[in-house]
Amino acid sequence: MSGDRPFPDEQAGPFEAPPISFTDREDREIEIRPYDDAEREALVEMYLAFDPADRAQGIPPGQESRIRSWLENVTGDDCLNVVAWNGDEAAGHATLVPDGEAYELAIFVLQDYQRAGIGTRLIEVLLGYGADNGVEKVWLTVERWNRAAINLYEKVGFETSNAESFELEMALRLV
Amino acid sequence: MRVLLGIGGSDDSARALRRTVDRAVAAGDDLTVAVIEGPAGELDREGVERRAREVLDDAGLPADVRHLEGDAGSALVSLAESEDYDEIVVAGGETSPMGKIKINSVAEFVLLNAHVSVKLVR
Repeated sequence: MSGDRPFPDEQAGPFEAPPISFTDREDREIEIRPYDDAEREALVEMYLAFDPADRAQGIPPGQESRIRSWLENVTGDDCLNVVAWNGDEAAGHATLVPDGEAYELAIFVLQDYQRAGIGTRLIEVLLGYGADNGVEKVWLTVERWNRAAINLYEKVGFETSNAESFELEMALRLV
Repeated sequence: MRVLLGIGGSDDSARALRRTVDRAVAAGDDLTVAVIEGPAGELDREGVERRAREVLDDAGLPADVRHLEGDAGSALVSLAESEDYDEIVVAGGETSPMGKIKINSVAEFVLLNAHVSVKLVR
């Protein structure tokens, strides 16, 4: 799938690697750290609470059984995951899933935690985590109308790589 | 109902074929299978036709298998209009490594341009 995709010539970053802690714009103490399989249930809880209106291209799934098998897929071998925590509550999750020589990226922030600066830190830290683990190229798709997401991706260095499909495709080079 | 199914060599085309044949048997649809130049697939045209005939034979469903040349989306839409089909069926279940559902260029063209109902098989 990553065969013909153009990636920017210039590399993005550098990005800070996890773990990091910060105070979000709502004065909540947020920690972002690599995902551990022992934290699976908290992540399932987050996706069970996720507003279906924020789904994109069918993910995250709505049903618990589908959430579980999807998480199984995106937290499998060679995948890289970071989770944003407010205490014991998962507030956001970002993932890199291998696709040939590149990785596909997705990021989800629970509705109560949106517009608080968490998404930006989450994606930056995921990219820092990726760079530390040998990830060189990253791509994603985003719905054309989702200006907030596109702005976020552009801010960290993603460039449009294909504007001719149903969804906008964007790519970033880490190395 | 006159149903026109467009399939290429991809896995989700194989699924669309099985589902559509099952549905045609159950509903008594008049089915035509069109072998199209789909986006990347594991099978060539002959392989796709062979697979279609096997599935049709197994189901005991008589159906035409035709080959459409050129741009697959426009060929399906043109055929459906010129021969009065009621519905076009294409595969619509491809997913990215992440599990995101993708609409390929054939499905997108058919969806936006057909004047008959369109079914995407997941």
